[in-house]
Amino acid sequence: MDLRAAIQRSFDDRYTRHARNSLDELPDSFTITDPHIPGHPIVFASPGFLKLTGYARSEVLGQTAAVFQGPCTSRRSVMEIREAVREERNTQVVLLNYRRDGTPFWMLFGVCPVFGDGGAVVHFVAVQVPLHKKERSGVRDFGFGCCRKEVCSDSLSELGRVCSLEQVLERDVIELDREEPSEASDEEKRSAATAMDNIFSVLTHYSEATGRLVCRKRCSIPDVGLLSTSLIISLGRIKQSFVLTNPHLPDMPIVYVSDAFLKLTGYARNEVLGRNCRILGGTDTDTSTLYLIKESIKAEKPCTVRILNYRKDKSSFWNFLHISPVLDASGKVAYFVGVQVEDSNKNDDSHQCLSPEKRQFSVVGAVKVAVRSLSMTAGSSKS
Amino acid sequence: MTRTRVHPEKRKRKKRRLGGNPGLKRCRHHGYSKILSLSHSCPNCTTGGLRKSRQPFAARWAWCAAFRRIKRVPTVVSNYQKDDAGDSTRPVGGCGRNCLKACCIPDAKLPLYAFKKVNGKDLSQRECGELPVAFLDSLLLGEWEDRMQRGLFRYDVTACETKVIPGEYGFVAQLNEGRHLKKRPTEFRVDKVLQPFDENKFNFTKVGQEEVLFQFEASDDGQVQFFPNAPVDVDNSPSFVAINVSPIEYGHVLLIPRIFDCLPQRIDRDSFLLALHMAVEADNPYFRLGYNSLGAFATINHLHFQAYYLALPFPIEKAPTKKIANLNGGVKISELLKYPVRGLVFEGGDTLEDLSNVVSDACICLQNNNIPFNVLISDCGKQVFLLPQCYAEKQALGEVNAELLDTQVNPAVWEISGHMVLKRKKDYDEASEGNAWRLLAEVSLSEERFQEVNDLIFEAIGSDELDDTVQCDKEVDAVNSSAHPTVVVAGSQECVVLQSRVLCIYLYMPLRIVHVEVDEITAHLSSVGDLGYHSA
Repeated sequence: MDLRAAIQRSFDDRYTRHARNSLDELPDSFTITDPHIPGHPIVFASPGFLKLTGYARSEVLGQTAAVFQGPCTSRRSVMEIREAVREERNTQVVLLNYRRDGTPFWMLFGVCPVFGDGGAVVHFVAVQVPLHKKERSGVRDFGFGCCRKEVCSDSLSELGRVCSLEQVLERDVIELDREEPSEASDEEKRSAATAMDNIFSVLTHYSEATGRLVCRKRCSIPDVGLLSTSLIISLGRIKQSFVLTNPHLPDMPIVYVSDAFLKLTGYARNEVLGRNCRILGGTDTDTSTLYLIKESIKAEKPCTVRILNYRKDKSSFWNFLHISPVLDASGKVAYFVGVQVEDSNKNDDSHQCLSPEKRQFSVVGAVKVAVRSLSMTAGSSKS
Repeated sequence: MTRTRVHPEKRKRKKRRLGGNPGLKRCRHHGYSKILSLSHSCPNCTTGGLRKSRQPFAARWAWCAAFRRIKRVPTVVSNYQKDDAGDSTRPVGGCGRNCLKACCIPDAKLPLYAFKKVNGKDLSQRECGELPVAFLDSLLLGEWEDRMQRGLFRYDVTACETKVIPGEYGFVAQLNEGRHLKKRPTEFRVDKVLQPFDENKFNFTKVGQEEVLFQFEASDDGQVQFFPNAPVDVDNSPSFVAINVSPIEYGHVLLIPRIFDCLPQRIDRDSFLLALHMAVEADNPYFRLGYNSLGAFATINHLHFQAYYLALPFPIEKAPTKKIANLNGGVKISELLKYPVRGLVFEGGDTLEDLSNVVSDACICLQNNNIPFNVLISDCGKQVFLLPQCYAEKQALGEVNAELLDTQVNPAVWEISGHMVLKRKKDYDEASEGNAWRLLAEVSLSEERFQEVNDLIFEAIGSDELDDTVQCDKEVDAVNSSAHPTVVVAGSQECVVLQSRVLCIYLYMPLRIVHVEVDEITAHLSSVGDLGYHSA
């Protein structure tokens, strides 16, 4: 599958083969996620994590951290993590997660961005340290010991999981709710910090060999025109074909492409990033249409055209293209978004209820919301 | 400047292209240019596009005679709320202008989104945030962008400068100089949370069909359904989602439950559940719904919720909370801490209905006790904030600091949540966490009064079928010993204050004095029991 390949590549592009083995040897529970893949999925899960949660590795890869949360997970803690990811900083929260069998457990959750050579965030590392209950917890100890037992009984079906969840809700959660562990102990905090240190030393070591060094601190100023991680995550939610171009850079290069665009045109991401949309044009592309596009870009007005475009393999297709300016929080044009709909047989669209125009508009809307909102914090320092 | 550099021959070619190519046309009705290479028609024109309009432009606003009577309007949420241009062109038979009146509605076709009612515990397992953009989300964004490109909004909200104010909470400040331009005194008394519906004042049945994005209802067969062109079944009391033509952020819409029933601005269980469903269906943590009661800066007395997108956490969502009660339906109630406005947070619930019922019962209690309040539905319907407020009362009593009054910021649900819409450049430039805090602190009830209001609420949600099942963490005697009559504004002591406040409000609104007496009587009579004052 596409996602599987992307997950594989996300890890292997950065680190040499031995990295996996070394990470596997670490005893800690941690995951690595890639914000550049739509959905910000887990691309690596340590054996400690699998043991703690009771999931198999294949079940975890490609998932988001959300699947481990449940009804009693504090929404505020989740929001704090979401915000840390958006702001590309590290954070530590105490969080209630759920195992595969539905039993909840408290843990100290630490997340830290991994910076690549260009100054961009390439991955996030999340460390989970299970919290041990004080005194009264003799009955239920949420440490490794108890969950190992549960992992052994791996015959739990989905049905069984639901049943046990309900039981847990009735019995345990009320109790859990009452005795929320307010703080992680110093020891637990230390163990989270050590785990993080170990992981980073492995990652740094094995990225050296690929020539794409990663580190814990942003080691260089991000390239101009580089999109923030939060924007990439937001844009990753949009499943249609679109590109973002930056009119403030010479020749208005493409700064973001969606997966659907790559699928439509046959290009790889690194083949289009930094290039002008001209690469889609070809011998039979109508110059008057191109002129029209140019004019509306100059006027900063939206436009819709039907244009003959070419894929990487030189095959042509009619592109029903909508282009719209996207303003940032200061009210100035930051990007142009181009939404492509392949204008082939109508029956292709019939199962989708929204008309092609409305679907294009919905992409424009989602992009506008993401760009506008996410530039509100950065706005003052940028220009 | 670039034009001068264009070669004359090229310019001719361009002219030929634009003139000869049906691709680029300017719609004659709507005064904005739109490139319509595929459809050859203006999406806004019911008459089919590029043909010459039979109606002069100004006549667009003059369809329904009722609009002409409105001379004073609150924040313009619909284009049909504008003052009549004094144009006397009358509609031809059947109105023909796509309003929501009996003349046009039989022919109306509006998209219909029917949501799946989620029952049982699977609801809490639904996690939003990282999933692909959900269908309702795309529908709403797509329709909204469409209306934006058709030019239906009074201003481009994405051109309004916005910033996050540095500080611990991250208050968001927006400079919006356009929204208040046509602002007039609110059309009704501000001292009554419940007032009867008045069909003569602006209400949402008076908007045009193009302002309606879609119909929103529960699906019959338990599946999400979408009909791009559904007839409007007036007898079935459809709920509409319409644009707010004075948006404060991208995607600003109004949810109008059972629009043709003409309900006054008043929470009931069903309507609140509908709003909660919308938050769940949109499945986007950055799409929040809000509610302002009368007296808490609602400007139209026709039941509506507001909603928009802002892909940032609101300060109120970041504030710490302290759990104060666990109800049997699984609903957890907490108190906001370290936030300038005191309020309650409701979350959890075995079913959405559990959560909805508790919150709506709390709101109904506040309504019946004439306490203005705001509600914020956030985190995909998982969290609901309830904030009783007293700004209007303080304002009327002249207790609000003049400096704060000068900003003319109306602390409605969005401002209270931390999204400050500022009208003056000066305030925007000087915006600070301290300023935001000071303003919101004025909105909040005092600690003492808040506790009294809480007691009322707990009594209300406890007195229902939840009665013996409340497992309240609060000391029981604290609930029982509460002297709740003092909170009720209608109490004898406060009644005097109330009367004088009414006077001072209406003193500078001489036009409205005529109404006062009538309203006063009806409101007094009706505030006790069911309003039941629906227009036919």
